[in-house]
Amino acid sequence: MGIAFSFAAVIALIGLAFIGVKGLNLHFLFGAIVPYAAFLAFIGGFVYKVVKWGRSPVPFHIPTTGGQGYSFPWIKQNKLDSPPTTIWVIGRMLLEVLLFRSLFRNTKSELKHGKLVYGSEKLLWLFGLIFHWSFLIVLVRHFRFFMVSVPLPIKIMEALDSFFQVGVPLVYLTDLTLILGVTYLFIRRVIMPQIRFISIAADYFPLLLIFAIGTTGILMRYFIRVDIVGVKQVAMGLVSFQPVAPGSIGVIFYIHLFLVSALFAYFPFSKLMHLGGVFMSPTRNLANNSRMVRHINPWNYPVHVHTYQEYEDDFREKMKQAGLPVEKE
Amino acid sequence: MAKIPKPEQLSKIDLEPKKHWSQFPIDIRPGMYCHGAKAKDLKVLELPNARDWSPAEEDWKLPQDWKQTVLDGIKERLEKYRSFHIFMDVCVRCGACADKCHFFLGSGDSRNMPVVRAEILRSVYRYYFTPGGKIFGKYAGARELTVDVLKEWWYYFFQCTECRRCSLFCPYGIDQAEITMIGRELMNLLGLNIGWITGPAANCYMKGNHLGLEPHTIKSSIEFFLDDIKDITGVKIEPTFNRKGAEILFVTPSGDLFADPGTYTAMGYLMLFHELDLDYTWSTYASEGGNFGFFTSMEMAKRLNSKIYAEAKRLGVKWIIGGECGHMWRVLHQYMDTFNGPADFLEQPVSPITGTKFENAKSTKMVHVIEFTADLIKNGKLKLDPSRNDNLIVTYHDSCNTARGMGFFEEPRYVIKNVCNHFHEMPEDTIREQTFCCGSGSGLNASEDMELRMRGGFPRANAVKHVHDKHGVNMLANICAIDRATLPPLMDYWVPGVRVTGTHELVANALVMKGEKERETNLRAEPLPGKGGE
Amino acid sequence: MYDSGKILAGLIIFIVIATLPFTLNLGKAVAKPSPSIDTPAINQMAKKQCVESKDYMKTTHMQMLNNWRDEVVREGNRLYVAADGKEYNMSLQNTCMNCHSNKSKFCDECHNYVAVKPYCWDCHIAPKEGV
Repeated sequence: MGIAFSFAAVIALIGLAFIGVKGLNLHFLFGAIVPYAAFLAFIGGFVYKVVKWGRSPVPFHIPTTGGQGYSFPWIKQNKLDSPPTTIWVIGRMLLEVLLFRSLFRNTKSELKHGKLVYGSEKLLWLFGLIFHWSFLIVLVRHFRFFMVSVPLPIKIMEALDSFFQVGVPLVYLTDLTLILGVTYLFIRRVIMPQIRFISIAADYFPLLLIFAIGTTGILMRYFIRVDIVGVKQVAMGLVSFQPVAPGSIGVIFYIHLFLVSALFAYFPFSKLMHLGGVFMSPTRNLANNSRMVRHINPWNYPVHVHTYQEYEDDFREKMKQAGLPVEKE
Repeated sequence: MAKIPKPEQLSKIDLEPKKHWSQFPIDIRPGMYCHGAKAKDLKVLELPNARDWSPAEEDWKLPQDWKQTVLDGIKERLEKYRSFHIFMDVCVRCGACADKCHFFLGSGDSRNMPVVRAEILRSVYRYYFTPGGKIFGKYAGARELTVDVLKEWWYYFFQCTECRRCSLFCPYGIDQAEITMIGRELMNLLGLNIGWITGPAANCYMKGNHLGLEPHTIKSSIEFFLDDIKDITGVKIEPTFNRKGAEILFVTPSGDLFADPGTYTAMGYLMLFHELDLDYTWSTYASEGGNFGFFTSMEMAKRLNSKIYAEAKRLGVKWIIGGECGHMWRVLHQYMDTFNGPADFLEQPVSPITGTKFENAKSTKMVHVIEFTADLIKNGKLKLDPSRNDNLIVTYHDSCNTARGMGFFEEPRYVIKNVCNHFHEMPEDTIREQTFCCGSGSGLNASEDMELRMRGGFPRANAVKHVHDKHGVNMLANICAIDRATLPPLMDYWVPGVRVTGTHELVANALVMKGEKERETNLRAEPLPGKGGE
Repeated sequence: MYDSGKILAGLIIFIVIATLPFTLNLGKAVAKPSPSIDTPAINQMAKKQCVESKDYMKTTHMQMLNNWRDEVVREGNRLYVAADGKEYNMSLQNTCMNCHSNKSKFCDECHNYVAVKPYCWDCHIAPKEGV
């Protein structure tokens, strides 16, 4: 159900852009208004969500400790998995955000003849990493469309990305790895029972959408050529607030742009917000120092307790008989 | 009581679900849940909807406006806990946590995958609190809150021991323990706790400890241990209770005063502190280190925990030592100072024997007894004869809470290796930060849910069996009172021949005391190695 | 604990990065490229017509040149038959650059605009201009 629904949604988005541009000539709508609206929804939604999270305090100090904590000098600490100070928390977060430290721990549990065995399972980590890094590089590469003079780092990145000089235009490695990554993530969701039967439409949709974005991009670059100067004019028009939407660019460009817009607009209202959430997760971004530094709960309130006096009142005679000291004779 | 299947049957587990979790009917099955909370306990704890009820009956006697209460409860907690709010939003259902949960590994039940245990609540969150869920309904994985959903929550939030193993593997650190804790808070808004939690919590509230031991009983229990110690070692010990002006307050789980093998651990503390001539006192008011309030709500956790600092203040001690316990130390390490601190009436703990400053406890002023002992051993302050434990081939079970809530791994190992000659680790995927729960934590150690416990403890038992078969391990050491209560039946069921011990029992057996007679037996009154019987 | 400062800092970093395409271009004139066909050879042509249609050349010249190279270098074939039946000598320097002798005002105009660096000139010698 989830797959079919998501697939239909992506096809509908493609159809919408196709009919809108090819049939109804709504170039300006799809080339300017929709992208602007999507970008605003992205920034606005992202900020809204993060602020909303931020307004909820972190009442307790709950890092998940993944290694030996701070102890005696003669006990070796694992400062990255059980960070004693903020600096080490930053280290832990960098490992988590850039290299997916926690996923790297992943194992696969199997029951063999009544015995549980735990095998290493790094594929999710590997393809997750490939997917996310490829996506980032592809995104950054697109800056050549958004800048009058393209900065050297982006030029270098492009040169490295097309290092093998295969095909014309040169094939970008990340185009392939992005599709590879997203395909793996999709296929594992379909064929692995433990994943398939926890998945919902919100899991398939972004994968299919990103797959469609990647595919239209690749088609446009290598197979269904479009007027690249026109594309840059659209991009530059958008970023300089003088939008233009030439009809001379092929419709595939408008489909690509619409799908990207859809992804941007969808982002803040979906699980994709893990981009922001990972930085704010209290089990990761706190130091394991809660016996050394007091953590303040802003909504800490007085509670009804059973005081010693009440306790003694309940048991005074018994305490006296047992020879236990009492406050009131 | 439900009959528990034989181990051969129980271990036939299919870890590959055959359909989507939401399509499995919920089967609230005897043996897999605990009795409902009793009216009298709920009343003592001032919890709402106090009435006797049974999960087995159709009618759970919910209050009229239960639905609004739950939805308001969710809203309030979204605003109070960033963790909960983020964990509701960012899960990508990558499935990394799915096969990390001991309850899933022991049952194959989809809803026991941490991701699904969260999803059963998250789906309701989507329906009422997110635009996508409101518009797209079930296509967005959203569903309405119904009585059936509520029962599902209850059943599965009390099939989670808050061990945090899933959280270790989650790329965003989503912690099912946190979601379960909040889920249980929601349950408690409707009086839907389990008797095994509210009973001990009510005892603890009124009498100072989970077992409901009254002050004179605590004293007589300990005196009973002292007689045994005298018989075994010839050493006469005279501890003090509720003594003002002592340097140190000692707080330990009351389970250790009540049942074997925890009692031997309590004897271990008594012998160690006597040997050191430590200026310390027991308290009958703060006579519980554990905290079953923590399995009820944060407020209840705070209410029970308050006694420790209150008593430390009343008695005018300088600092506190805490005994061996798992969830007790989660609360002490990560919550107590926030709940009931600052403990500015105490001093930074310094070992009076070694002079070591406990830097890591400078704010809470509460030191783990294992840290205390490890420091003594390191500084050569204890005379130890590990050969007295030579009949034991020991492995060590990390408690979930000290492992993933404290990062407390090397200290207990250091102590054990110094008091035992035969020590073997279980496989690395089952120890330290990856440790498996005993299967009965977070208040699930009742007797009516024995099947659940045996299932939940399966991965742990499986790892013990591995070292039992390979190295002949016959003793499972731990630093947790709940382990000492729950692992013995687990071992009897899955790995007969392996017994369970607290770490300070091992210490006390190896401890050569001043003026002791030649010991013939260990604390369990079994002949020491080489002393007949063998 | 709220950590408002850290969250705010994070959000500012996010907004700064996300709006870089806008802010980096502030105040910069966006000159639309206008490749020039004002060369002696083209001016002499009665009908100003490239090998293929203008639209096709715009989008696909790079793939065409790539094919030409393969044909010439690997197959030894220099004859190109255009869509309209006309025949051309497949040669970058002798055919293309013969008309478009103004590389800097023609080729580079767009290539620079879209930040493309074709590797034609790794091997071929660029024609001298203004001679």
